Amino acid sequence: MKIIGTGSALPALEVTNEDLAKFLDTSDEWITTRTGIQARHLLSTEDLYDIAVEAANKAIKVSGLRPDQIDFLLVSNVANRHVTPGLSCIIQKRIGVTCAGLDINVACAGFVNALMLADGMMKAGHAKNILIVCAEEPTKYCNWKERDCSVLFGDGAGAVVLTEGNAFKDVKLTMISDRDVLYYERGMEPTPFEEKYIVGQPLVMKGKELFRVAVSESAKDIQTLLKRNDLQHDDIDWFMLHQANKRIIEGIRNIVGGPCAKYPTIIEKYGNTSSASIPIMLDEMMADNKIKAGDKIVMSAFGAGFVSAACLWEWEF
Amino acid sequence: MATIQDKTKALVSSKLKVAESEITEDKSLFNDLGADSLDFVELSMLLEREFNVKFTEADTANVKTVGDLYQLMEKYTK
Repeated sequence: MKIIGTGSALPALEVTNEDLAKFLDTSDEWITTRTGIQARHLLSTEDLYDIAVEAANKAIKVSGLRPDQIDFLLVSNVANRHVTPGLSCIIQKRIGVTCAGLDINVACAGFVNALMLADGMMKAGHAKNILIVCAEEPTKYCNWKERDCSVLFGDGAGAVVLTEGNAFKDVKLTMISDRDVLYYERGMEPTPFEEKYIVGQPLVMKGKELFRVAVSESAKDIQTLLKRNDLQHDDIDWFMLHQANKRIIEGIRNIVGGPCAKYPTIIEKYGNTSSASIPIMLDEMMADNKIKAGDKIVMSAFGAGFVSAACLWEWEF
Repeated sequence: MATIQDKTKALVSSKLKVAESEITEDKSLFNDLGADSLDFVELSMLLEREFNVKFTEADTANVKTVGDLYQLMEKYTK
């Protein structure tokens, strides 16, 4: 499997730390020192479907394929206003693809999990050309009355088109059931019989615990991948990590090793865009011609669950 | 030979970017030495790796001063 097209889309509205400090008990200094985030893009006039379609269309165009040549559509999304139908169904028509698709929700690790599924589908002969779209609007489930979560997130979408090849080398998935570290609970419609009705609440995050588990499990995933492929950290050209917090990225780098230059970041300008963060970063790096044939790339993400996932590429065009 | 306290002090100094001479047992890691909550998580993970130990959340929650940290390290390394 290899990637032959990338695309990304962000809402037009950019919100800086100074903008947030006008209505939250926070400051640019507080946010920047704790997270590395300086700005983020928020959905305002558009909706999630618009940016998902835009990212997908860009990726298909770059791939050189026609939409009708896409054999399967995989969409990663944590939450949007439609519980059903799935986001893949909603955007299918606007992208112009005619294939089947499905949604996955593996929190911020959705992109790497979708890659694993795509690889398996290709190997099983179910599809040759697969479109993955990661579209996220985490700012819609934050509590905007407090600073701990709302300053962290941004909305965005990233997409890739995959086809047969030998670039995708290995993948490792991890799941450690612990809901309480990070969760968003939606209220459902009460029935006349339900005795335990739960009212929904915005995203709840235990930041210190999440920080600790994210750093240790992501580093473990990466080290496992390196070890079983007989690689050292200096064999890797790029460590593309989920963009949740610059200090988490730094914590992982301190364990895995390698210079900062091998750990690209976009969190400064986009915040945490959940499962879209890696494909958005990949699209920007491709546009800047930073990735060369033969580059060894590790992608690693983690999120609510707790889940984490990492994969290894040796890049082909 | 460096003691556990010496090694801990060196790591605190390096992590929080304060001179070792300023790191005394009565000092608060947060109010006096300027650590924020993430600094402390990072410091505790650094100590875990350096000393090959694993703190419980309850134990680290009680650490406020340099002296508390020394006691924690003594407990986990004896």
